Amino acid sequence: MGKIDVLNGNKAAAWGAKLARVSLLAAYPITPQTPLVEYLATFVAEGEIDADLVEVESEHTALSVLQGGVFAGARTFTGTSSQGLALMYEPYIRTSTMRLPIVMALVTREVISPQTVWGGQQDAVTVREAGWIQIWCESNQEVLDTVVQAYKIAENKGVLLPVNVCYDGFSLSHMAERVEIPEQEKVDSFLPKPDITHVKLDPDKPMSVDPLTAGPMLTEFRHKQVTAMKYAKEVIEEVRQEWSQLFGRDHGGMVDVYRMEDADIAIVCMGSPAGTARVAIDEMRELGIKVGMVRIRVLRPFPVEEMQALLSGVKAIGTIDRNVSFAAGYGTSYLELRTAFGGKRMPPMIDFIGGLGGSDVTLEQIKQAIVITQYVANGGEYRDVTWFGLDEVDVDQLFDLEDQADQEVKEGIV
Amino acid sequence: MKQIRFHGRGGQGAVMASELLCHALVHEGNYGQSIPAYGFERRGAPLEAFVKLDSKPIRERTQVYEPDGIIVLDSALIVQLPIFNGVKANGFAILNSRKKMTLDDVPENVETLATIDAVRIALEVFKAPITNTILLGAFAQATKLVSLQSLSECIEINFPKKIVEKNLVAVARGFNEVQVVTRSGQLQKAEG
Amino acid sequence: MSAKVPDKLYRLTGDDVASVGKGLYVVNTGLWRYQRPVTDPDLCKRCSACYMYCPVGCKLELNTHYDTNLDWCKGCGICAEVCPANAITMYEEVGEE
Repeated sequence: MGKIDVLNGNKAAAWGAKLARVSLLAAYPITPQTPLVEYLATFVAEGEIDADLVEVESEHTALSVLQGGVFAGARTFTGTSSQGLALMYEPYIRTSTMRLPIVMALVTREVISPQTVWGGQQDAVTVREAGWIQIWCESNQEVLDTVVQAYKIAENKGVLLPVNVCYDGFSLSHMAERVEIPEQEKVDSFLPKPDITHVKLDPDKPMSVDPLTAGPMLTEFRHKQVTAMKYAKEVIEEVRQEWSQLFGRDHGGMVDVYRMEDADIAIVCMGSPAGTARVAIDEMRELGIKVGMVRIRVLRPFPVEEMQALLSGVKAIGTIDRNVSFAAGYGTSYLELRTAFGGKRMPPMIDFIGGLGGSDVTLEQIKQAIVITQYVANGGEYRDVTWFGLDEVDVDQLFDLEDQADQEVKEGIV
Repeated sequence: MKQIRFHGRGGQGAVMASELLCHALVHEGNYGQSIPAYGFERRGAPLEAFVKLDSKPIRERTQVYEPDGIIVLDSALIVQLPIFNGVKANGFAILNSRKKMTLDDVPENVETLATIDAVRIALEVFKAPITNTILLGAFAQATKLVSLQSLSECIEINFPKKIVEKNLVAVARGFNEVQVVTRSGQLQKAEG
Repeated sequence: MSAKVPDKLYRLTGDDVASVGKGLYVVNTGLWRYQRPVTDPDLCKRCSACYMYCPVGCKLELNTHYDTNLDWCKGCGICAEVCPANAITMYEEVGEE
């Protein structure tokens, strides 16, 4: 049994890095990731982490410093948000191409402009095609556990890809809750020392890293990245099994599933709204709506097969997004799900966009989303995308919830 | 689940108080969630923080809109802001106020009113108007949702060493010196 | 599945296609005030030092003296500090009286 403490998301991530015995840190503070840098600096100053902390002048440098560290065999950690991620973009892509197993906390926030400092998921979803694995957390416990797991996934010889541990700015980063901190020895037994051999700074065996690369070789690079991404799915599942055996906690693998066994309809979401959705699902089930949830835990690679298996049989799907995709005016999870099903037959699906710019995705909104999804499952027509805060949402006129509950009771008797 | 809203100003330690309360709840084997309502954290700017407490894990990740009660660290906020907004029926209000307040001064839905001149106590204890732990002591006395003992233990565990002793005095004085009145009529004077 | 039109429709042309320049986020600095500057008109020499130094620009020039717009004054006390005539005193803020 580990130590019980109260940690906010940033501190949980810092603890994860500490337990993973990182040896090189470099980060530049940006809201809402700032406390993470402070916690890391405190850990280093007090000698609790045996690591070098490089004070850098920008995010671009932060990630570049870590790249050099990986060449020298270090286990590295950083974190950023929003505009910091934007400034990091150039070394960000190089990290995945050079197959450097760097783990980075991505404390999700809206991107500027308009000027904002508040939470949202737009920064992370914007970079989902940059070759990083993206794991999305729902609780601070999951943040801590996932940072440790991320190294095991990233450093796997078949994967060798950088991992973003994404957690919602403010909703998780600044919210403090009960977290169990695992024992160091147990983490050590789970996570061996890094052994990076594909790229190495060794004067005796000089190698040219990332030179000008022509078409055929570049094609090979991309193909290998995609292959590794696919293989990462297996590794993520293995790591999940091992973690739950060792620590007794299971946050899901590619997806996290809640009350889907007998579900008529499904809510699909990502990040912190999933917690609120669990409460909404419990309450709506009391009223007779058989609803479950599939949480997208890993956005890259996308859980295509899992989604098809879980969602083909439901009568309707409602996705809740704290982000927008400019492809067709839907949120990202809606778009990704459509792609996952490809040409295959899929249940009717509607999208809800909310929680932008630090707004809450409230319990009330998720309950409304459930009612509307049920209405669609019953054959009703509803707008494809509902923007919470802009669109008028009146669920009372769709159907009487108490009526529905009565109906369920009657059916039960028959 | 009980939900509490803190009102304070940047620099007064409302967020620290909400986290300490959360620590104390977890210390007692319960679950707590502390959420700062983030704006721009400038000294003097009014801010809110929320605490949710329950005996089972709290899964909701939202702010608090209808609190069971409020804790107000700064007396000027009582007149400056609509602090009683959304407070549930049978709610409680823990106010830092030099003025004596009665149940007539607060809305109907406040069942339990606790007032304490926390600034006076803070000036005596800290030589500075730091009211957060005093108000937590008052909260413990008025609502019994957390014990003075676990608050004190968590101060010892989590606070920097040099401020532990003074805060232990502060939380105990808040606990002992608060005036609690309830609508059901009885005036309970804090017992030593 | 039919694509029903969303009920929120925005204009397709003109300045309304974007929200740039709309919706100013106002930080109400008046709420930050826990001490209030009070000017003694008899002592005020109308030198305008308070006016120059006020960080939120909330000093009002009157015929007799400089006063404070309490909607925006954040109670920082700089005016009281710089006033050469000591005409401004900071009192604890107790709301409308």
